Amino acid sequence: MDLTEFAEQVGPSGRVSVRGRSTRTVRRVDGVTIDRVVSAPSGIVEYHPDEMTITCGAGTTLGEVRQITADRGQFVALPGSGTVGGALAVGRSGIDRLGVGPVRDTLLQATFVNHCGQLVNVGGPTVKNVSGFDVARLLVGSFGRLGFIAQVILRTRPIPTASSWFVVDADWTRVTELQSALYRPAALLWNGQRLAIRLDGHPDDIAANAARFGLTALDGPPIDADGTLYRWSVAPTDVPAVIGSAGQQVWAEVGVGIVHHVMPQPDRRATLNHIEVRLVDEFDPQRRLNPDVVFPQ
Amino acid sequence: MTRRADDFHAELARGVADIHRNPVEVALFDHDASTISGRAGVVVYPTSADEVIHVVRTCHRHDRPFVARGAGTGLAGGATPLDGAVVICLTKMNRVLSVDPINRFAWVEPGVLNLDLSRQMTALGHDLHFAPDPSSQQSCTVGGNVANNSGGPHCLADGVTSAHVLGLEVVLSDGQVVVLGGEEPEPDGFDLRGAFVGSEGMFGIATKVCVRLTQNPPTVRTMLLDFTSVRDGADTVSAIIASGMVPAALEMMDALCIKAVEEYVHAGLPLDAAAVLLVEVTGLVSDVTAQAERVAEIGRRLHARTVRVARDEAERALLWKGRKSAFGAVARIKPNYYLHDTVVPRRHLPDVLDEIYRIVDRHELLVLNVFHAGDGNLHPLLVFDKREPGILERVHAAGEEIVKASVAAGGVLSGEHGIGLEKRDYMSLMFSEIDLAAQAAVRCAFDPSGLANPFKVLPSPASCGDIQHVPEGAWI
Repeated sequence: MDLTEFAEQVGPSGRVSVRGRSTRTVRRVDGVTIDRVVSAPSGIVEYHPDEMTITCGAGTTLGEVRQITADRGQFVALPGSGTVGGALAVGRSGIDRLGVGPVRDTLLQATFVNHCGQLVNVGGPTVKNVSGFDVARLLVGSFGRLGFIAQVILRTRPIPTASSWFVVDADWTRVTELQSALYRPAALLWNGQRLAIRLDGHPDDIAANAARFGLTALDGPPIDADGTLYRWSVAPTDVPAVIGSAGQQVWAEVGVGIVHHVMPQPDRRATLNHIEVRLVDEFDPQRRLNPDVVFPQ
Repeated sequence: MTRRADDFHAELARGVADIHRNPVEVALFDHDASTISGRAGVVVYPTSADEVIHVVRTCHRHDRPFVARGAGTGLAGGATPLDGAVVICLTKMNRVLSVDPINRFAWVEPGVLNLDLSRQMTALGHDLHFAPDPSSQQSCTVGGNVANNSGGPHCLADGVTSAHVLGLEVVLSDGQVVVLGGEEPEPDGFDLRGAFVGSEGMFGIATKVCVRLTQNPPTVRTMLLDFTSVRDGADTVSAIIASGMVPAALEMMDALCIKAVEEYVHAGLPLDAAAVLLVEVTGLVSDVTAQAERVAEIGRRLHARTVRVARDEAERALLWKGRKSAFGAVARIKPNYYLHDTVVPRRHLPDVLDEIYRIVDRHELLVLNVFHAGDGNLHPLLVFDKREPGILERVHAAGEEIVKASVAAGGVLSGEHGIGLEKRDYMSLMFSEIDLAAQAAVRCAFDPSGLANPFKVLPSPASCGDIQHVPEGAWI
C-alpha cells in the first residue's frame, strides 16, 4: 500500500479508526460505530546514517526500524513494540527519557491524512528546521485526532559505546545527591528505597562512576515499562510524595516525573480546552477520525 | 489624531505605565535586525503579565494588531510591525523567577537575555546552562528564542529551543491567559507548547517560560581542522557523524570568512586554508579523549592539513570568539551584509556550496560562508556596500537563488532564523496549499482574531483572519 491508497482508504467521509499493532494501552469509548478500520503503510523508504535520518511508513514496526538502524550503529528513540505511528500517536516516552528526551523530539517530518482524505506534509526533512509552524509536534500524542500519520522522517542517534544498569540503596536525599553528581545518566528509577541507574557512554567512564558512587551492577531495568502498570505524569518535585502515598511498590523516573503506578492517576483532565476544541474543529470538524478514542487520556 | 485613536491610547495608558508615542522614538521600532522596514504605532514596555494582558485586551477591543518584541535581533522581519501595529517590547520583563537546580528547570520572564540566563546559573552556583546559543546570545531574549525556535552551534547535540522549553504562560490575542505544557512530562491533551514554540509571535505572547537547564560538561575539547578544499571539510563532517559521534558543535568557515575573522580577532587561523572546521566534543573524560582521537583520525584521513587542539580555556574561547564574531568581522570587508539561513541534507553540502559560489559570481557579489556544518545549516553572508547603485537588487536576486538551490537539494527554507516576512513568499517552495492550510488552521486555533503579529509566515490570508491586503509600507 502506498500513501495515496492509504489516503483513499481514509477518504473524505465516514467514521474511520486507525490501528497499528495494538500493543499500547489506548482507552476507547464504548458504543461508537466505526465505518472503517485502516492501517498506515509500512516499510523503510530511505535511511541516511550520515544524516541521522530515517524515512518510513507509519505502519513500520519498531522492530524493523531497530534492526536496520542497529546495523549502522544507530537507534531511534521510540519505546516499546508495535509500530512507529503508534509510538508517535500515543507519544509516551520510554524509561530512558532522561537520556534520550521525549518522543516528540524524534519526529522531524510527518505526512498525515487529514479529514478530507488528503495528504498533508508538516515539518521538514532536516534535523534543523524552522520553516513554518511546528505542526509535527502537535501530531505526537494526538491519538490520531488531528489526522492519521502515514509516513515520517525520524531522527536517529548513535548507540552508546556501552550501556549498563546499576542499583544503590538511596533515600530521597541520596537520590538528589546522585541526581546532581552524575553526568547525564540515561535513566534514574526510584522505588522509595533503591535507585536504579542506567549509565551510557565510554566503558571506562561508566566503571569510574560506578566505583566512585558505590553502585552495584544490575542485569537490566528493574521494571518492564511495557507492562500493565498505570502511568502517572507529575512534576519531578512531587515524586517522593507520590511514591510515599502509593501504598505499594512503584517506580518513578527521577528528574522526569513519570511514575509507573499500580493505580490510575486521579484528577486528569477529561475535556479539551478551548484552543484544543478549535484545533479539532479545524482539523476534524465532523469528528470522524478515531472518534472511538478517549481524548485526552 | 482621530477620536478613536485617542480613545485607544487613553485606554492603553490606563493599564501600562511605560508607553511611547513620540514619532522619533517609535520609528526605532519600525524594523528588527533585518533589512525589512514597517511602521510601528505605539510602543509599550510592560513590566508584568497584567500589563501585557491589559495591552492585548485593549488591542483586541479596538481591533488593533500587535507585535511582541524581544531585543529585536531577528533577521527575518518577524518583529517588524506593519500598518502601525502596537509594539509590545518585553525586555523589561527580565526576571529569573525560580530555579530547580536538581531537576534542572527554571521559570523565567521572556525578556531575560539568553546568555544572562546561563551567567545567572553560574552566579547562583549551579553548574548549568541554557543550551540554545544563537550567535546573538549576548543580546537576544529567551522570549525571542521561543518565538523563533532558535538554534545555535551547540544545538547539534542538544536540540533547538523547542527541546529546552517545558512550559509556557501565554496571553492569547483576546487577553486570556493559558498555561501550555509545564513541569510534568506528559500533560494531558495536545502538545500546544510544542506548537507555540516557533510560532513567531502569531499565537500569543509568552509571559513566563519554563526552560530546561543543561549540565555543564565536565570535559570539553575544542579542535580546529583546516583543509585545502571545502569538499574535504564537508566530507569530514559527514564521516564524523557516520562514525557514531554527535559532537557538541561542528562549525565551518570558508576562505574569505577565515581571512576576515583572522584580521579581526587574531585567533591564529590559517590564512591559506580553503576551509576550517571547528569541532567540539564534550562529556566525561574517557569519552571525550576517545572522540577527539577519532575526529583527528577522520580529519587526517580526509586530508586535514593540521589538527589544532585548544590547550586551555583561553585558547578555546579564542577559537569560539573567531566563530561567533564572524558577523562583526565582515564590516572590515564591506559595510553591509545580508545573512541567509537555509538547511540542506549534509551529503549535499559541497554541491550546494559550489552552487552558492556560482550564484554569487554571477551576480558579482562577495560571499562569506560560516555555518553549522553538523546539521547542514548554511549561513551564506553576502557582503556589499549599499551605496553602490543597483546592488540591493543583486543581493536579493542572489539570495532568492540560494534559497531555491537549498530547497531543490532537499533542504528547508530556514534552520533557525524563521520565516517572518523575509521568507513568507517562499513558503510555497516547500509546502503545498494543503500543507499551508494546516499551518493556518493552527494559527486560527490559537488566534482566531488574527491580531497577533499579522502578515507573517503564511503567504496567503488565513481563513479566519482579516489579512486581505498587502501591508502598507512593507519593504520586502
